[in-house]
Amino acid sequence: MSNALTIKALSKIYANDFHALKGIDLSIKEGDFFALLGSNGAGKTTIIGIVCGLLEKTAGSISVLGLNQDNSAYEVKRLIGLMPQEFNFNPFEPIEEILINQAGYHGIARTHAKIYAEILLKRMELWDKRLDMAKSLSGGMKRRLMLARALIHKPKILILDEPSAGVDVEIRRSMWAFLRELNKEGVTIILTTHYLEEAESLCRNIAIVDNGKVIEQTSMKRLLSKVSQQTLILESGEKLPQIPVKLDFSVTQLDDYSLEVVLESTTSITQALQILGEHGINIDHVRSAQNRLETLFLNLTSGK
Amino acid sequence: MWIQYKTIVIKEILRFSRIWVQTLFPPIITTSLYLLIFGGLMGERIGNMQGVDYLHFIIPGIILMTVIQNSYANTVASFFLAKFNHSIEELLVSPVSYWVILLGYISGGVARGLTVGLGVFIAVSFFVDLQIYSMFIVFIIFLLTAVLFSLAGFINAIFAQSFDDISIVPTFILMPMIYLGGMFYSIEILPMFWQNLSKFNPIYYMVDGFRMGFLGSSTTSIVESIMVLLTMIILLGLLAFYLLKRGINIKT
Repeated sequence: MSNALTIKALSKIYANDFHALKGIDLSIKEGDFFALLGSNGAGKTTIIGIVCGLLEKTAGSISVLGLNQDNSAYEVKRLIGLMPQEFNFNPFEPIEEILINQAGYHGIARTHAKIYAEILLKRMELWDKRLDMAKSLSGGMKRRLMLARALIHKPKILILDEPSAGVDVEIRRSMWAFLRELNKEGVTIILTTHYLEEAESLCRNIAIVDNGKVIEQTSMKRLLSKVSQQTLILESGEKLPQIPVKLDFSVTQLDDYSLEVVLESTTSITQALQILGEHGINIDHVRSAQNRLETLFLNLTSGK
Repeated sequence: MWIQYKTIVIKEILRFSRIWVQTLFPPIITTSLYLLIFGGLMGERIGNMQGVDYLHFIIPGIILMTVIQNSYANTVASFFLAKFNHSIEELLVSPVSYWVILLGYISGGVARGLTVGLGVFIAVSFFVDLQIYSMFIVFIIFLLTAVLFSLAGFINAIFAQSFDDISIVPTFILMPMIYLGGMFYSIEILPMFWQNLSKFNPIYYMVDGFRMGFLGSSTTSIVESIMVLLTMIILLGLLAFYLLKRGINIKT
């Protein structure tokens, strides 16, 4: 499968001499669901800005589905849909107009744009609000409006910069389902998010950007397999008996009904539950104390 | 390209039409007051100017002033707000050429300038029996002036970093140029030094040319007026395109 996005030696120095990107190399396969992670100021939004034509690069090259951005800027823009981090629509424009105008900027006639805008607005549960000014929408609705706007020209690559910020859990889940559907239809999705659970749940491949450089690019599976420890909270329906002093793993009693255990990669959860059961400790619920990707992300970006 | 251009123009027209109470209505009231006070009440005491009564003399200048102010105000406000609320990014991520963006915004400014100008013209015709010497000259000057000041507003919006910056130029530069451009008087009544200085003010050529279209008399030739307008449109058009393409204050 060919690359949807190839970035080579991309660097960006802002007017204030801030070196935001220091030679980024990145390749994303067509049809991928790709996570671009990094702490605040790592350079993610700068990369996205340059790819989408919002920022000028200092050096490097970008190609989108085989088209070089320098030579085919307009064709590249036609292939990409961007849902940015900040709200960037005119708050005094009606919602439907925002979509129809965006389609118009892509050369889609008003009559055609209206039909697809209706489909998208209904899918985003915004149809009833189509004549309202954008300023009247809630934060979550504004995010959905920007997602609909990013899709109005049916892009092959969808870039989502923090799509879930300010969106409640229920709508976030429905947005995830929609994004999975889009990805199945062949749209390459590139996602930046602060919700690492979101990246872990949706994305197949991942790159971590830190201080203007890509410090890791691999598959989500391979990355997660690097986590040597996992911390679990185990809960029992009955009062816990005395915890044995010596076990193959570390155990801390949190209260009369719950324990925190730290398992090395050599011990599986089933083995741990079996050992505890042998000591008369019956566990009803198991949950992760910390997201695995989060642990890894913190380790990588803090240089451990 | 046509659809992209049309989209920007429709968006611009809808923008100023939605807020007609702020954009279309006030100039008509202001102009009617100007005519009532300067033309009707004071005009009789001033007498004739350039061979016509004062009321008929000032009408072309007043109509043109509304065209200048409104075409300028439309592009400066619209493009600055697009920068301010980042909705300009909708255009920047789309395959729209810089020429189309520029032409779209300028056409929006021209549309507002012409709408208000026409509104004032209709309002004035209720009070005064308007004679037009040459509809062609009136229309050409009307159009070129609207284009020129839409461009000027666009350039102001590119440089503007705050709301103050979009009011400084109209207040401290545009207004004095309009008032000193012979809108209320013929420059023939000025001492020679001030007459010569007025000829460096481009608004003088527009007002004079527009007056020619209405009254059939002017202090300079109509060709000179049109040439000054065209030269300035080309210069400002190239500057606006250069600034937009370089992404000055738009892309970083």
